[in-house]
Amino acid sequence: MLNDNIEFTLYKNARILDPANSLDFLGCILIHKDTIHAVEKDLDKIKITKNTKIEDLNGLCVSPGLVDIRVQIGEPGEEHKESILSAVQSAVSGGITSLVCLPNTNPVLDDQATVEFVKRRADSHNMARVFTYGAATKGLRGKELAEIGLLSESGALAFTDGIKAISDARIMHKVLSYASTFNLLVVQHPEEESLSNGGVMNTGEMATRLGLPGIPREAEIIMLERDLRLVEMTDSRYHAAHISTSESVEIITKAKKKGLKVTCDTSPFYFKLNELAVGDYRTFSKLSPPLRNEDDRKAIVEGLRNGIIDVIASDHSPQDQESKRIPFSQAAFGGSGLETLLATSLDLYHNGDLSLLDILSKITINPSKLMKLDSGTLNIGAPADLIIFDPNKSWRIVGDNFISKSKNTPFDGMPSQGRVVKTIINGEIVFNSMDKK
Amino acid sequence: MRDQVYPHRDLLGIEGLSPPEIIHLLNLSDSYVELNRSSDKTSKALETLTIVNLFFENSTRTRTSFELAALRLGANVINMQIGDSSISKGETLIDTAVTLNAMHPDVLVVRHPQSGAVKLLSEKVNCSVINGGDVSHEHPTQALLDALTIRRRKNKIEGLKVAICGDVAHSRVARSNFYLLLTLGAEVRVIAPKTLIPSFLSNLGVEIYTDMREGLKDCDIVMMLRVQKERMVGNFFPSTKEYFRFFGLDRKKLSLAKPDALIMHPGPMNRGVEIDSDVADDFERSVIREQVELGVAVRMAVLKLLSDNLLEEKNKKVK
Repeated sequence: MLNDNIEFTLYKNARILDPANSLDFLGCILIHKDTIHAVEKDLDKIKITKNTKIEDLNGLCVSPGLVDIRVQIGEPGEEHKESILSAVQSAVSGGITSLVCLPNTNPVLDDQATVEFVKRRADSHNMARVFTYGAATKGLRGKELAEIGLLSESGALAFTDGIKAISDARIMHKVLSYASTFNLLVVQHPEEESLSNGGVMNTGEMATRLGLPGIPREAEIIMLERDLRLVEMTDSRYHAAHISTSESVEIITKAKKKGLKVTCDTSPFYFKLNELAVGDYRTFSKLSPPLRNEDDRKAIVEGLRNGIIDVIASDHSPQDQESKRIPFSQAAFGGSGLETLLATSLDLYHNGDLSLLDILSKITINPSKLMKLDSGTLNIGAPADLIIFDPNKSWRIVGDNFISKSKNTPFDGMPSQGRVVKTIINGEIVFNSMDKK
Repeated sequence: MRDQVYPHRDLLGIEGLSPPEIIHLLNLSDSYVELNRSSDKTSKALETLTIVNLFFENSTRTRTSFELAALRLGANVINMQIGDSSISKGETLIDTAVTLNAMHPDVLVVRHPQSGAVKLLSEKVNCSVINGGDVSHEHPTQALLDALTIRRRKNKIEGLKVAICGDVAHSRVARSNFYLLLTLGAEVRVIAPKTLIPSFLSNLGVEIYTDMREGLKDCDIVMMLRVQKERMVGNFFPSTKEYFRFFGLDRKKLSLAKPDALIMHPGPMNRGVEIDSDVADDFERSVIREQVELGVAVRMAVLKLLSDNLLEEKNKKVK
C-alpha cells in the first residue's frame, strides 16, 4: 500500500555494486525517503507511482556510501586545520557517508562530554555521519585506562590512542583486557616509539642520501608482534591501523590463521606511493608511518588482494601551511585523504589488482562491520547512504581544489581515474558534482 | 581429646579441607553464636592459654574479631603489630617466628603481606597457627563465617548459586570462598572486569562473567568484594564512576538475582564504588552486619578446636 504523500526516487540504468551481497549488475535502485526500498535487475519489478522521481544514470555505478574509519578532525582544538563542518563537506565530496574520527583532538576525546559534543556538532550539519573513537588511555598519555565503558555508552565505537601507540606493554595488556570485558575493539597505531623517535622518513637509502633521520620498518614490525602476543593472552579484539610493511602483512596473516580476533587496514598512501615520493624533501609526503620501499608497497597491494588487509581508510590528517611549508624534519606528519579515498582505491581496479567489488568491500561493508554500523550495504531497509560514481572519469588531483581546509595531499598533481557524481545520505543528496561551476 | 574430624594443629587455608571437616567447623561455630548473643558472653575454656595476634599488616576488623573471640574464651591475648618493629629492623620472618616460639604461645593468629608466609611461619613454631589472611592467597576464617552466614539463612550451601563480584585477582576472601563453596557443592560465579580476573581462574571450577546483568541472573547470594581504589584506579579500571556503573551493586542490578538473594560483603565497604548504600543497608537482604557477628563465633570455634588438638599433641609428647 503506497501512500500518496510518500516520495520515491528511482535510479535506473545503474551499475549496482553491493559487496555485502556480492551484487554487480545493471539494474535499478529505489529509495523510499531515507531507506533503500528495492534493488532490482528488472525495472518491471518496480512499481512506479506518480510520486516516484526517476533518474537515468546511463550506466554510472551505485554503491553504498564509503565508510572511512581513520579520520582526524581538528575540532575541538585545531579548527583552522579542519572543523567538523569542513570535514563532513570534504567527506561527502569524496563519497564518504560515514566516518570515524580519532580521539587526538584538544581536548582529547577521553570523557563523555567531549565525545557527545563531537556527535552533536556533526549531527547539526546533516552531512556525513560522524562517529568517534574514544581514547584508550587518559589524555592519550599511555599511563592509565580511560573510561572505556562509559565512553562506549556515549557512542565511542572503538578505542585507540590515535596517532600514538600505546607503548607500555603492561598498559596495552590492561587496555586489551579491560576493553574485552565489554567486547570492544582496540585500534593501535603500531609503532615502537623508542625506535621511531626522532625519525622523519623510512630508514633506507633514500633517508641516507637526504641526510634525514630514519624510522625503521622494524618499529612497526616489533610493535605488531608484541601486540599480537598480548591479544592472544587476553583473547581480545585488535585492529592494526595503517600497516605499511611486508612483514606486517605476514604477521597479520599468521595471527589470522591462529584464529586471533585481528583485523587491519592500510591507507592509499601505502599502496600507491613509496619512499621515493619524498623526492626532494616534499613535506606532503611526510607521513606516519612513513612511506616505505617498493617491496613493501607491493606486499600491501598483495595483502589487499588476498584479503589479509580488511579495510582501506583514508588516514585523513589535515595540516595547515604553517605545519608543512617548513624544513622536512620540522614539518608535521600526515596527509589529507578524504577527497582522494575513492579514486586512489580505484587505482587497484584500473591496475588489475582487485575487482571493483573487492575494493568496494574494503571501503564499505568491511569497515562498517568492524565498527558495527548499519550502513555500508544496499540491503533493503538499510539507510539510503549511497554514492553514484563514474569509475572511469579521469581528473587530476589538485590539493588547492579540495573542499577540506587543508590541502596537504601527497598525491598533489597526480592524474587519477574515478569520481563521485552524487553522494546521498538518508535519501538526501548531500553532494552533487554538477552543482559546481 | 584430639578432634576426630579435624585433627590438625593449624588452620592455614580452606584448600584441601574435606566436606566433613568444613561442616564440622561450621557446626562448632554455630554453637558459639548463642553464647555471643547471651548477656554473659564469657567462658573459661581457654583460661590458661596465650594467644598472639601477629599482624604484619594493618587490620582492624579481623584483629579485633580474633581478640574478642580469644577474650570470650578466657585466654590471654597479645596483639603484635610487627610492621613497625622487627621487619624494619631487618629481622627475617623465620627469626621472628623462632623468637616468638621461644616465648611459648599457644596459638598464633598471623596476617602477612606475602602469599605463603603464614605457612612458612607455621613450619617453624610448635604452637597452632591460624591464617588471618596472607594477601591474595587465603583467609580461611572469613570463608567460614561467610559460609556460616549463608547456611544459617538458606539452611544449605549445596546447589546455591553464589556470585562473587569484583576484585578477585587480589582477594584472599575470594579464593578461600571458592574452595569452600565449591567443596560444599555450591555453584560459584565470578563477575568482574577482565583486568581483575586472574588467568586460568576457570580451572578452579568457577564460572566467569564480565557482565553483571548475566552473572547475577538467578543467584541466591551476591557477594561483593572490596575494591582497593587507591591502588587500582587507572590501572585495573578507569575510575570509580565507571566501576560503579558497570560493577557496583545497585538496586537495578540486584533485581536480576533471585528475589530473596542475600547481599554479602567482607568489609570495609566503599559505598558508591562497589556497592550502593541503598542495597548495603537493606536489612531484609543485606547480611553484612551478620557476617561480622558470626565472625567472632567462627574464630572462637577455631581457637578452641586448635587449642584442644595442640594440648593433646603436647600431652602425648610428655607421655
